[in-house]
Amino acid sequence: MRLYINNSLCSGCRACLVTCSVNLFQENNPKKAALVLIPHFPEPGGYEMKVCTQCGDCAQVCPTEAIKQNERGAYYVDRAECNLCEACVPECLEDVMFVNTKHADTAWKCDLCGDCVSVCGTFALSIGEIDAVPA
Amino acid sequence: MNGYGGSILRVNLTEGRITRTPTSPGLARDYIGGRGFGIYTLYHEVPKGADPLGPENKLIISTGPFAGTMVPGGGKCDWTTKSPLTGGYADASMGGHFTAELRYAGLDSIILEGISPKPVYLFIDDDTVELRDAAPYWGKGVFDVEDEFKKKYGEEFQIAAIGPGGENRVLYACVNHDIGRQAGRGGVGAVMGSKQVKAIVLHGTKSIPVADVAGLRTASLALFKACKEAEMTRDWTRYGTNIVSSWCDEVGALPTHNFQAGSYEGAKTLSGPVMREQLVVMDKGCFACPCPCGKYSRLKKYKSHLEGPEYETVGLFGANLGISDLQDVGECNRLCDEYGIDAISAGVCVGWAMECYERGLLTKADCDGLELKWGNVEAVHATIRKIAFREGKLGELLAQGTKKAAETVGGGSEKFAIHVKGMEQSAYATHSATAMLLAYMTGDVGAHHNRSWAITYDLQVGRDKVVPEKVARIIWLQDFRPMFETLGCCRLQWVELGIDRDLYMPALDAIVGGAHTWKEMEHIGARIWNLTRLYWAREIEGFDRSWDMPSPRFYSEPPKSGATQGQITRLEDVNKLLDIYYEQRGWDANGLPTPETLKNLQLDQVVL
Repeated sequence: MRLYINNSLCSGCRACLVTCSVNLFQENNPKKAALVLIPHFPEPGGYEMKVCTQCGDCAQVCPTEAIKQNERGAYYVDRAECNLCEACVPECLEDVMFVNTKHADTAWKCDLCGDCVSVCGTFALSIGEIDAVPA
Repeated sequence: MNGYGGSILRVNLTEGRITRTPTSPGLARDYIGGRGFGIYTLYHEVPKGADPLGPENKLIISTGPFAGTMVPGGGKCDWTTKSPLTGGYADASMGGHFTAELRYAGLDSIILEGISPKPVYLFIDDDTVELRDAAPYWGKGVFDVEDEFKKKYGEEFQIAAIGPGGENRVLYACVNHDIGRQAGRGGVGAVMGSKQVKAIVLHGTKSIPVADVAGLRTASLALFKACKEAEMTRDWTRYGTNIVSSWCDEVGALPTHNFQAGSYEGAKTLSGPVMREQLVVMDKGCFACPCPCGKYSRLKKYKSHLEGPEYETVGLFGANLGISDLQDVGECNRLCDEYGIDAISAGVCVGWAMECYERGLLTKADCDGLELKWGNVEAVHATIRKIAFREGKLGELLAQGTKKAAETVGGGSEKFAIHVKGMEQSAYATHSATAMLLAYMTGDVGAHHNRSWAITYDLQVGRDKVVPEKVARIIWLQDFRPMFETLGCCRLQWVELGIDRDLYMPALDAIVGGAHTWKEMEHIGARIWNLTRLYWAREIEGFDRSWDMPSPRFYSEPPKSGATQGQITRLEDVNKLLDIYYEQRGWDANGLPTPETLKNLQLDQVVL
C-alpha cells in the first residue's frame, strides 16, 4: 500500500503536514513532515504535493539497514539505527526522504500512518495498492 | 508555556529597537489570545486620545492556542489597533498561513509601535528579527510584493503586506496575505502604512509545545471527521462564501443600489454556481482547513487572477452597484486586493457616491469626469484606483469612508451613508431583519457581520419581531463567536458546517492543559466585549447610544422592490432593541457597562 495524491483536489491547506509531524515526532510542526507541498501561483494556480511511493529505494541504499518495513508494509526509519549519513536522500525520486539535523537527529519519511488521509477535507490524499490507479 | 509560542515581539519602529518578552500566563488565562491580547494591549498601552495614524498608536497582531496546531482551521490572527476609520476600537481577523508561521517562529504577538523614519519591512526567520529597507517595494501592489519576497526568501516564508492604499493611508486600507486573505476592516493597513511598514516577512521552524499531544491528535481527528461528514461540507467547499448570494436575494438581504433594496434583478448571474462554472480554478485553503471556502479564480475578460470574489464583494460591488457580471465584480475585488483596500468599505463608499451622483449631489466634475451611474463598470474600476491613490477630488473624498464623506458632501447624503460608528456595513441589507440590524448596531468595530450573524434566526423567529430572545441570541453570538479567532482558529466550521462546538474543548484541554468549557470561553468573550466598549467610551467624547444607531435608511425608507418591498423596522423598535440589549448586557441607558457588570467580568479595576 502507498499514499496517493490527486493534485487537482489539493487546496494547499497543510493539514496533512502538521498532522504528519504529530505522527512522526509527536510535535506540531509542518517543517518536520514527510510530505512536500509546492505552490504554483499565480500561473497556472494550484498545488503540487510530493508523497512517498514506498518504492523502497531508500532502504536499499541504507548502510545501517535503518529503513525497515512496518506492519503496514511501509518503509519507516528506525531512529536507533539511523546514522544520518544521508545516503537515502538523493535516492528518493519524489524528494520526500528527509535529513535535517536542525530539526531531528534521525532521517524521516512517510510510514503510512494514514492520518494525513483522515484530515484531508478535499479527499486529495488516499491510500491504495502500490500499482493501483489512484482514485 | 503549553499552547503558546511563548514570546511577544515588540518592535519600536521609531528607534529601530526589537525586544522579546515572555507571554504572560495571566494574560493567557484571562484573555486567551487573538483580539483578547489585542484589546488588553491597546487599552493599557495606547494613551487616551492617541492619533490613530500617529506614533502613539500600536498595531497588535496576536493569535491563540489553536493556531498552527492540528486543530482544523487553526490559522487565524487578529490585527488590533485604534481605528483611523472610526476613531474607536478595531480588529481585523486574517486567515491564510501567516498565523501558523508566526507560531512556528515562537511568537504569540507582534506589537508594532512608533513610526519608522523610512519604509521598512519586518523580517522574521525564527530568532533572526530585523527591520530591512523596503524602498524597493514601496509603491508596489501587494501581489508583486508577495511574489518578490517569495522569490527572494522562498515559498516557506509567509508575507503580510500593504499596498498603495495603506501607504496613502486610505482610512479603510487593509493588510493582504497569500493572494486573497486580508486583515480587512477598520484601517489596519493605514496604521501599518503610517508606521512605514510595508510588510512582515515570516518564517519559523519551531514546534508548538502542547500539554498532551496524543490527546490533541484524538480531539483533532474527531473534529476533522465531524467536518468531513457534515452535510454542508460539499456545497460549502464547492461554492465558498458566495453560496449565500442567491439566498440573500430571495430573502431580501442582498444589498442593492446602496442598500435601497434587498433583492437585485441581476442576482442570477452573480450566484455561487455561476461563479464556480465560469471563474473558479481551484479551492484554496487556509491553514489546516477541511472545507476551504477560498476560491482561486481566473477572469478571462481581464486576463487576471484573484482569490475570490467572496460573497461580501459580490454583494457590495455587484448588486449594490448594479453590476451583474461576475467577471466585472471579480476585477473590482482584484483591484481592491492589489491596492490593499477593504473591499467591503470600498464597495459601500462607491455605492454611496453613485447614489449621490444619481441624485445630483455629486456632479461629473466632482467625480473627476467619471459618470458614476449604477452599473458603470469602468467608472467603478477607475474609482477604486482613485481611492487607493487618493487621486483627485473623488479619491480624497472616498478615502475617508462614508461617514466623513457624507459629512463633507451633506445635502442629506448622511441619511444614505450606510455605516455604524463610521464603519461601512457589510453585505446584508437589514430593512426587515431586526436581530441582524441589532448585530450591526452593536458590533464592537462597527457594522460588521463577523461578531454575530442572525438573518436565519430572524426568519425563524419572525423578521420584524423585537423580542428578548433575539437580543439574547445576538449577545450570545457576540460573546462566543469571536472566541474562535481569540483561540486562533476559524469559526466557519461551526457556523457553516454546524459541527458540535463541544468537540473543540478537548483539543483546548490537550493543548494548554486543564479542563475548559464554552461557558468559560463565553465569560472571557464577555470580558473582551465589555473592554472594547470601555475603549470606545474612553476614546470618543460624548460616546452614547447615538453611536449604536444604524443608518436611517433601515428605519425610514422601505424598499420599493424585491422580497422586502414595503417592509421597514420602525424607529421605536430600533430604540427598543437597544433598550433590551443594554439591559441584558448590564449596561446603563447610555450603553456603558455598570460597575456591577464590570465587577462580574473582573474589569472593575480598569480606569477609563
